[in-house]
Amino acid sequence: MNWLLSVLIFLPLSGALMIALTGHNKTIYVRWAALTISTVELSIALGLWWIASPDSDGYLYIVQVPWIPTMGIQFLLGMDGLSLLLVLLTTLLVPIAILVSWRSISHNWSTFAALLLATQAGIIGVFLALDLILFYVFWELMLVPMYFLIGLWGHERRLYAAYKFFLFTVTGSLLMLVAILGLYFIHGEQTGIYTFDYFKLLHTNLSGDTGMWLMLGFFVAFAVKIPLFPIHSWLPDAHTEAPTAGSIILAGLLLKTGAYGLLRFCLPLFPEASIDFAPFAMALGVVGILYGALLALVQEDIKRLIAYSSISHLGFVVFGIYTWNQEGLHGAMLLMLAHGATTSAMFATIGMLEERTGTRLLSCMGGLLSPMPRLGAMLLLFTLSAMGMPGLANFVGEFLVLAGVYQVSASLAIAGAMGIVASAIYLLWMYQRAMLGEQSSDRIWVDLDRREMLILTLLAVTVLWLGLYPAPFLDYLQVPATGIIESNPAIMTGTEDAFR
Amino acid sequence: MSQFLWLIPGSPMLGALIIALLGGYLKQRHFSILASCAAAVAFLTVLLAWLMGAATSQPLQQTLYTWIGVGNWMPTIGFTLDRLALVMVSVVSSIGLLIHIYSITFMAGDSDQRRYYFFLNLFLAGMLLLILADNLLLLYLGWELVGLCSFALIGFWYRDPLRASAGRKAFITTRIGDLSLALGIFLLFNEFNELSVSVLLANATVQWETGSQMPILAALLILGGAIGKSAQLPLQIWLPDAMAGPSPVSALIHAATMVTAGVYLIARTYPLFELAPQVQWSVAAIGTLTIIYGASAALAQNDIKRVLAYSTISQVGYMFLALGCGANALALLHLTTHAFFKALLFLTAGTMIRTNDNEHNIHNLGKRGNHSSLIRWCFLIGAASLAGFPIITAGFYSKEAILTATWSAPTGPLLWAFAAFGSLLTAVYIFRVYFFVFQGSRSGSPMPPIPAPMTWSLSILALASLVVGFVEFPEGWPGLHLWSDWLRDELGSASHPTLATAYSLQFIACVLPLIGIGVALVLVRREKLGFELPLAAFLRTGWNFDALYQIILIRPYFTLARFFKNVEALLIEGTLQKMTRSGMTVATACRDGLEYGVLNKSITGLLAGLRLGHMRLSATQNGLLSRYALMISAGAVFLLGYWLW
Repeated sequence: MNWLLSVLIFLPLSGALMIALTGHNKTIYVRWAALTISTVELSIALGLWWIASPDSDGYLYIVQVPWIPTMGIQFLLGMDGLSLLLVLLTTLLVPIAILVSWRSISHNWSTFAALLLATQAGIIGVFLALDLILFYVFWELMLVPMYFLIGLWGHERRLYAAYKFFLFTVTGSLLMLVAILGLYFIHGEQTGIYTFDYFKLLHTNLSGDTGMWLMLGFFVAFAVKIPLFPIHSWLPDAHTEAPTAGSIILAGLLLKTGAYGLLRFCLPLFPEASIDFAPFAMALGVVGILYGALLALVQEDIKRLIAYSSISHLGFVVFGIYTWNQEGLHGAMLLMLAHGATTSAMFATIGMLEERTGTRLLSCMGGLLSPMPRLGAMLLLFTLSAMGMPGLANFVGEFLVLAGVYQVSASLAIAGAMGIVASAIYLLWMYQRAMLGEQSSDRIWVDLDRREMLILTLLAVTVLWLGLYPAPFLDYLQVPATGIIESNPAIMTGTEDAFR
Repeated sequence: MSQFLWLIPGSPMLGALIIALLGGYLKQRHFSILASCAAAVAFLTVLLAWLMGAATSQPLQQTLYTWIGVGNWMPTIGFTLDRLALVMVSVVSSIGLLIHIYSITFMAGDSDQRRYYFFLNLFLAGMLLLILADNLLLLYLGWELVGLCSFALIGFWYRDPLRASAGRKAFITTRIGDLSLALGIFLLFNEFNELSVSVLLANATVQWETGSQMPILAALLILGGAIGKSAQLPLQIWLPDAMAGPSPVSALIHAATMVTAGVYLIARTYPLFELAPQVQWSVAAIGTLTIIYGASAALAQNDIKRVLAYSTISQVGYMFLALGCGANALALLHLTTHAFFKALLFLTAGTMIRTNDNEHNIHNLGKRGNHSSLIRWCFLIGAASLAGFPIITAGFYSKEAILTATWSAPTGPLLWAFAAFGSLLTAVYIFRVYFFVFQGSRSGSPMPPIPAPMTWSLSILALASLVVGFVEFPEGWPGLHLWSDWLRDELGSASHPTLATAYSLQFIACVLPLIGIGVALVLVRREKLGFELPLAAFLRTGWNFDALYQIILIRPYFTLARFFKNVEALLIEGTLQKMTRSGMTVATACRDGLEYGVLNKSITGLLAGLRLGHMRLSATQNGLLSRYALMISAGAVFLLGYWLW
């Protein structure tokens, strides 16, 4: 079954090429072709999930093909439980993004679909690549089509947003490239083997300062994507200006690549440096939680509000990752999935709302629950999930993270838990302004149609499933989480207290 | 029996699920029937548990599945039915059922019954879940679920922005308490690597010393959660506004059940409070202060539902006082009697409001004078029970017992004095309402008949408000003493004063309500003549707590948020634009200076030079052989000279 990993990457890539070449002005054909390809992707991912046993050690699937042997570059893909679930999320959200755009994208569907599928290939590649150069290639691959998706189909200030998005992420990824090369040469000098193979690089001996600088190179690239507090400013613009499908891919998937990078590369490759850095990273996480929640309260633009709430939620993810313990890591990973489902659902619902109201400004909405009860009920469900209502997706992750953080530092946990109250403050205010109160205008509203109900029902089922019975997901996270914990030298040498 | 435990929270949950998923296929009137049936199944299951001997057997347990399994973090979807839970589920399911039935006719005219019954059923499920939960995380789930339903039902008539805001206020205020409870869960998990309530408490009593830091912290954090949910000082501000919801909702959620969840939580974790006597005392102190606060604020209200809301705050204060004195069983008894008489008062108030065109003001209700005798009697019974009218009402037995138990607690006489004063105020404020609304009323004008479901619910509640107290007669009196004995093993017992003291305390407790009724009579007469209470405006606003929080919390928070928004706009956007602009400037400078000024010029200069050279040189190509021969010879001579020299 290993070859399926390559299919997961090359199917959307070749699909994108095919659609771009043959789909000009054939909107209906393009829509269905893109939907078919992404659904096949989803079924492959579901199949891989079905046949993989969560208890098997290490990687579930591996593909290893030489690529540029003289430089030690390979085509090395591997899927463990974490990448399995993230690939599953990716393959779920792409058909949803296509369905959401079904009517709202009016021009140039072939380019749109091709870019969307190319982004998907890039994202799946990022989640699977275990050769650092290959990883870098996919990392950039998902960036370029995303830039065009925002720049071509976005809203009023789309060019500014696309430019800002590109500027921030490229700066980060260049630093990562430098760090990758640094690691390559240091490892080469130490062992005589020049390779970008992740497994071989894991055992590089890195002295204090060098390790810290290389780690920071990776960290900055990932922190931009997450995004962490001081370098988050691209996100509100990109989220707000992107078309609905773009926001879904951005919030649901692109942000997860940053957190995934931390889990896959930052911590295991540079354990010593990461331990020294953990207090700072956690501080950045908690600042992000509170700062995002605070700023979300005063946003007029509903998409911008959700963007700030993403900053707040991803703060929890970073928070959990750097606890380096079972609860924290499991919570962070599960929250990545939960946030992916919840926030994409929010963006999808808000996209539908925007199509009807013609505005994203909360001050122009109000009282929309009575004419559109289905939309209102769905938005309430996802709002509650984002608020960390138990029984829905985000709660499981957030609570695990906080339980993990409490074991490291009670005061940080208290600060982070304030985010629980803060999220209720801004989300309920948002819901009230959009849905409750006096109806803003007496025009004729149309409630959700079948296609829209299908989209939101799929996401609602995911949100409820993650919240009520997360075991089928959590089981796959056991091995990756344990692997990361074991990479912690403080735990291996039994000096756990030093870390605390 | 234990395999049916899931039915207790499960049947209302299923009811809610059916209403949510299949509601599109049902008619408006079907929702109430469906929801009531779901509530009835829960009630019958509880009844079955009683019949099967759950009252005397070991706690019943059922585990469905592991909810979240990570290392030691293994909360299950599992239920435990012990005596404490049995009392709670009996109260909640019976009153829940009665209020569902009452709602059938009360909400019959509303066009959005699907939403109403969905949340009402979901509330019942959440409340029963929180009671039966065998671990703290599942308890937290129920805890948040009831908060959600409270939010949704307070704002049920959401087109009015004030009602929607009241729901939001309730949710956020209680969530501040929930934060504290969550931290308590993290603390306990961190200490014991365990979430099951019974195991946690057992471990805590073994490992922790009385009065040490950890139990104090844990008890304080749990107390924080209880204060939020039970509307005690200083988080009580949400409850009076919660009256924006429909009256049956106020009766069920904001009087009988949800607001007492804090009492249940403390009773459930009382071993922690025994390990932390300081915290236990502060439970009593908070309770006492809240009694006085709620009763005094209720004195000045003119909206009948707001009187009852402040009354609830104050009565839950008595339960906290009892918990703080270690009299957990008595707190539970007062919880039970209060649930019945307060639900009765709310439902009668709701009926009056409904039959009098949504009139809330007690003065106007009195002027209309249009109340059936059933309503009059029901309100009188409820008021008497609330005031603790001696011997014949249930409220007397539960409140008197608490007052007596308070005496022998630390600083008991002081707490007792406050609580006794509160009990006097209680009689004053509720009979002030009674006299205003019913005194001199002529039932001459035609009355719309009260529909049968409402009559039944009211009658059953009225009966219960009178007789429930008979399970526990005062100390030293003949009659039953079932309650304390039955709950002693699970909830412990408080120390009692000597019998002589007890008798005198009981005497005072008998007299106070009578004095209070007299005072109320005088007060109403004076108010009708135009005299106002001293400090009436201050009391009416609930001691101005809202304004205080507006100034110290809400406004600063918004200001901070706007400040950072501006900072971000100025700093980050500004920096980025400045960077872009300076980049452009550098680029322009390069274009104008380097490109145009230097590079372009040098290239054009070079080209011009070349062209000039070309013109000059091509002039020598003139085709004259003699000139060529001359140049060749001159060149040869020059080279020869250079070589030789």
